[in-house]
Amino acid sequence: MAEQRDEDRPVSTARMVAMLYGSRIRSQATFRTSFLADLLGQVLIVGTEFLELWVILTQVETLGGMTLSQVAVVYGLGALAFGIGDMFFGEIDGLSAQIRSGRLETLLIRPVPLLLQISSLDLSLRRLGRIGVGLAMYATALGIAGFSPTPATLLLAGLAPLAGALLFGALFTLAGALQFWLVDGREFANAFTYGGNYVATTPGAVFALPMRAFFTFVIPATLIAYAPTLALLDLPGPALVPTWAGWLGLPAALLAWGIALMLWRAGVRRYTGAGG
Amino acid sequence: MTLESTPHIPSEVPAVELDGLRRDYTVRAAAPGSRRRRRQVVRAVDEITLRIERGEAVGFVGANGAGKSTTIKMLTGILQPSAGSVRVLGREPVPERRRLAREIGVVFGQRSQLWWDLPLRDSYRILGAMHRLTDRAVGERLDRLVEGLDLSGFLDRPVRQLSLGQRMRGEVAAALLHSPALVVLDEPTIGLDMVSKEGLRRFLREDRAERGTTLFLTTHDMGDVERLCERIVVVNTGTIAYDGPLESFRARLGAPRELVVDLAAPREHLELPSAARTLAVEADGIRHRIAFSGQELTVPALLTAIGTQAEVSDLSLTEPAIEDLVRQIYARGGGI
Repeated sequence: MAEQRDEDRPVSTARMVAMLYGSRIRSQATFRTSFLADLLGQVLIVGTEFLELWVILTQVETLGGMTLSQVAVVYGLGALAFGIGDMFFGEIDGLSAQIRSGRLETLLIRPVPLLLQISSLDLSLRRLGRIGVGLAMYATALGIAGFSPTPATLLLAGLAPLAGALLFGALFTLAGALQFWLVDGREFANAFTYGGNYVATTPGAVFALPMRAFFTFVIPATLIAYAPTLALLDLPGPALVPTWAGWLGLPAALLAWGIALMLWRAGVRRYTGAGG
Repeated sequence: MTLESTPHIPSEVPAVELDGLRRDYTVRAAAPGSRRRRRQVVRAVDEITLRIERGEAVGFVGANGAGKSTTIKMLTGILQPSAGSVRVLGREPVPERRRLAREIGVVFGQRSQLWWDLPLRDSYRILGAMHRLTDRAVGERLDRLVEGLDLSGFLDRPVRQLSLGQRMRGEVAAALLHSPALVVLDEPTIGLDMVSKEGLRRFLREDRAERGTTLFLTTHDMGDVERLCERIVVVNTGTIAYDGPLESFRARLGAPRELVVDLAAPREHLELPSAARTLAVEADGIRHRIAFSGQELTVPALLTAIGTQAEVSDLSLTEPAIEDLVRQIYARGGGI
């Protein structure tokens, strides 16, 4: 039988991680009605946000040099990436509440990394609503906008949502780490995470140059959806965001994670009073 | 006593070694009459030196704010000492926090570490995985815990539906699942009724006898210390006011417990065993206040003695307040 496991083998890391996330999924499944309501809410939010862009595009021909279907690619890709990142790491910015309630202490006395525990304990499956709509919009809009599949563009099409999700995850973790210093910094941190989402789902060329620079080089939100869309549809980019920048999502995500993990560790050290 | 649960830690390694342990907190408070906030350093733990051998059971008692929780946080690696050193089972808690977590079990009486929306049983599967136990080890240990803590009636119920007493038994089982060498209990019986308290204490004694576990207990409840510990450490304002065997502590301070019984029918006088005496008879002979030494007389024995003379309709038990004990210690000039 496939289910048969060796009774005397210690649990592997992979199985432990699967169990942690699995437990959270089962927890959420116990409240089916409220879960479905949350899910629907997420779908409506994404729909309304896109409607806003659509209304703008009924008044003007293009937005940031993009047509409606091209904007829909940016929006769908951004929503998909944000949805995945938010699902796994979206609650870390509420860390200060956990510090105040003392819950963090019960996590610290377990032999599992804190970040993994928080990510699994707070996994929010309702984001599947956003992920679903984002994915549908991304795929459909790509078809309409004249996506020509080559091995390279196919690879990028698959990689971009994951790199974007990683980037958002790093942003959320950074925002969470800040809570070790700020007593109630959730709102401040949201400026970067949700603000990043707003930028990511908008054609980057609409932003004035300083802002575009900030959201490319400091908080690389334009690299999440806008730049990959340029590369996928072979469109020329504005100043500071050339077409080939569409491939920079993953390196930027890895860099952001490096910084996020460093700050997170420093935060935990600060919390335990071991020096920052 | 055997130390079979943790063969990899030599038994001569002390469970806890604190040397000149100190912890300061910086508090920012608005100074009166000024809009600027002033920094103020509060010393929560001040020069605590303590050595606990393996297999000991130590009650760490003190009033609120005496430094108990801060000490526990330093033992478990949640907090770095400001000065002095701390070693738990030979390890430095903060840098080796996650490794130490596999050797110690902690119960925070005020906080849950169970999965709220899942059946109680699932918490043990998840914790077992976190501690990288084998399925067999989890199964066997859980069987013992279910039996000893009487969990079988609600093992499949979601934790949020459990009563406080049931949940606390569940919490203790969670802390003991990985058979830790050191069990740290922070107010484990707070809010529990007498029956639940006794059940919990009985199992903690049994488990300790079976596995040679070291017990470190903070509590407000002298009953916990009396039933579980052989050694008592009293802390006050961050320093140790008394450290020694529970027996001599009792013998010197007396500190009787008080039993209040309401009788079904009024009675002027009750014959009591020699270790007990009537403090007062109230409500026209219905309510009797009885002081007794917990050392020489158990509550059931006392109740049996009363039961032969009158029917008891209600009862309550008052433990001597830690604050009173600390005051007595200082009245005697610090040491005993």
